[in-house]
Amino acid sequence: MFRYTIRRLLQGIITVWFIATATFIAMHSVPGDPLIQNKAATAQIRKNLEIKYGLDKPVTQQYLIYMGNMLKGDFGISFTQQNRSVNDIIVKHFPVSATLGILAIVFAAIGGILWGALTALYRNRLPDVVIMFLVILGISVPSFVFAALGQLALVHLNALAGRTLLPVAGWGTVSHMIVPSLVLGLGTMAFLTRLMRSSMLEIVNADYVRTARAKGLPITRIFLKHELRNAILPVITVLGPAIAGITTGGFVVELVFAIPGLGRYFVQAVQQLDYTVIMGTTVFYGAFLVLMVIIVDLLYGFVDPRVRVE
Amino acid sequence: MAEVSLPSNAFEPVTVERRVQQLTRPSLSYWQDAWLRLKRNRRALASAYIIVALLAFTTLGPLLWRVDPASQDVDQVSQTPWAGRTATVVPPYSPWDTQADARTSDDSAKPLSLAIAAPANTQAVRLVWTADPQASGYLIYRNIMLPGPEHDLGLPLGEVVGSDQTRFEDRLDLDPMRYYYSVVPLDADGMELAPGPPLAVDVTRVITAELAVARGLVPQTRKLADGDAVRLALHPFGTDYLGRDLLARLMYGARVSLFIGIVAPFFFVLIGILYGSIAGFVGGRVDSVLMRFADFVIALPLLLFMILFKIAFGIGPGESGIVPLLVALVVLSWPGTARLVRGQILQIREEAYIAASRLLGAKTRYLILRHMIPNTLGVILVTLTFAVPSAIFTEAFLSFIGMGVAPPTPSWGSMCNDGVKTMLTHPHELIFPALFISITVLAFNLFGDGLRDALDARMRSRE
Repeated sequence: MFRYTIRRLLQGIITVWFIATATFIAMHSVPGDPLIQNKAATAQIRKNLEIKYGLDKPVTQQYLIYMGNMLKGDFGISFTQQNRSVNDIIVKHFPVSATLGILAIVFAAIGGILWGALTALYRNRLPDVVIMFLVILGISVPSFVFAALGQLALVHLNALAGRTLLPVAGWGTVSHMIVPSLVLGLGTMAFLTRLMRSSMLEIVNADYVRTARAKGLPITRIFLKHELRNAILPVITVLGPAIAGITTGGFVVELVFAIPGLGRYFVQAVQQLDYTVIMGTTVFYGAFLVLMVIIVDLLYGFVDPRVRVE
Repeated sequence: MAEVSLPSNAFEPVTVERRVQQLTRPSLSYWQDAWLRLKRNRRALASAYIIVALLAFTTLGPLLWRVDPASQDVDQVSQTPWAGRTATVVPPYSPWDTQADARTSDDSAKPLSLAIAAPANTQAVRLVWTADPQASGYLIYRNIMLPGPEHDLGLPLGEVVGSDQTRFEDRLDLDPMRYYYSVVPLDADGMELAPGPPLAVDVTRVITAELAVARGLVPQTRKLADGDAVRLALHPFGTDYLGRDLLARLMYGARVSLFIGIVAPFFFVLIGILYGSIAGFVGGRVDSVLMRFADFVIALPLLLFMILFKIAFGIGPGESGIVPLLVALVVLSWPGTARLVRGQILQIREEAYIAASRLLGAKTRYLILRHMIPNTLGVILVTLTFAVPSAIFTEAFLSFIGMGVAPPTPSWGSMCNDGVKTMLTHPHELIFPALFISITVLAFNLFGDGLRDALDARMRSRE
């Protein structure tokens, strides 16, 4: 287990290094340069700016400086927002994204496990058919459509009620968080429901469940202690990719609901070609996602002793 | 000894009836059986029809519906599909002659009571109101919902200065719908006082005779009199915020979405097969190096790298940016298939029938063609069907955040992006492209499910 952890962490570090390098290469192969938008600049101003940002140095040296700064945790200063460091943007806006993401994943996991177990219990009966139809729908509708439709529904709901039941956009109070996190978690919930259902159906026929039943254990106990606990395991394995999905899904949900999260700033930076912000947030997001996948994998080994033997 | 009489045929040989050996069902090959079971799956079959219909929609559709997806119908901007499209012919616009139309404020009416001075139409809405003696000027607001305590007036439409200036002409982007006008008096310091009661105005659609002929709505020879009705161009799915026909854009957008959705998985599955089979066959050190690299590519966050790719490639003027999108998707998505194929090949290599075949003298070539490929093909086919919706999703997501296909090339994702901006007033601009994405993804998902069940050999015995 210890060796495995070390190996995964090393692999993760290499991945993050690669992401950082690829980001650097990508940003340097963009046609034009970051100063090109500054039309008023004379040759002298341009030169001074190049010196300031280190753009006059050879690319290899720029790369080393960039990696060195990144190791120190310094992502530089935004090109489009006055006097704002990328670190400041991340520190200020990532907690918002994280809150939204955690709410969404909690909602998705609880919903997915419950609905999945329910469909398995009512296999091929009405609840199963209805929920599975909704699940297929949930998997087939992109998150931005959910976000937009959710907002549209809110507007009409508020209009119908004649007052603001839930705010349509913005961030701050709990009431701002409900609909965006629901919308964000919906796709993942559908996916987890499907997984949970097939996992439950497999478990229901397992020998130990039959034994438990033969012993005459109460049904609730069999369900909770034997079936549910074992059926959840596959759900944990996909939590890593699910977190990645929710993080990127958060980009559009934050955009649609005007939530001041990091995802929205990332998309804005991409649209405005704010080089340092793109580089910083990409590396940050990349490192975050890689770390999350590793944590989930390690967690899985911790929860399921059978994996550790390998 | 007693005589025993035997029949004459007693010593003929008995024939054995081999009935026990006969098969009760016709023998079916793996693919025939899979095909039969796929045909029996109604959901999968319906999905297959939908997929075929979508392909027909995007290939044959433009031949039948010959509207240029880039041409703008400025008479019908953001037109909902169910809205009427008759316009009344009116004389050309002439400035409001305020001298002739001098409506004095009626002392008996309450201050700020609004009225329209002329029939409201899409050319102009002419408002007059009774003066408020304390006002130094007025702000005019236009809303599409009835303003009230919860519904703010928003931004003013215009401003007039002077207490006696009690008329305003609205010519800004008028649509044939109901508007609520409000007038707010300003005090001497320019601060807003309490607004007057809102006035609901139903705007009718009008067109001038000259324009109707110029747009080709009526034949050149027909003489149009004022008050005649003219039918505007047909848009079965309405138009978008620039007046472009949504049906035509959906057809062309389908090309981009389906092209990327089908071509990208095709290529990355192909690369994955090659890569995975090399790793699986050669084995040993090569295998471990190749798979370590695949693990590494899998660990890269897909969407972040798609965005990076797009930035790095850049899009030149006049380019749609489909190719960079395709390349990025292929470069980042192959390891999944490679892993799968490698696993399959390692598994099949150990199967008893391979050993038996080899024992009977089969060559490697025969083993690959006869056993390996047919036995992995099912899994690969299923991967391919499931890769299509995820590629469509990726394209739509990127186009939605403005990192996908460059405008004016329509794609369903970028149409959704446009639609979100006008969602509150014209939801159809969002709903149609969203519906098409969802139906396509749904169809491919259901078809993939059916295909997986049909190709799964284990399912055979269960029936």
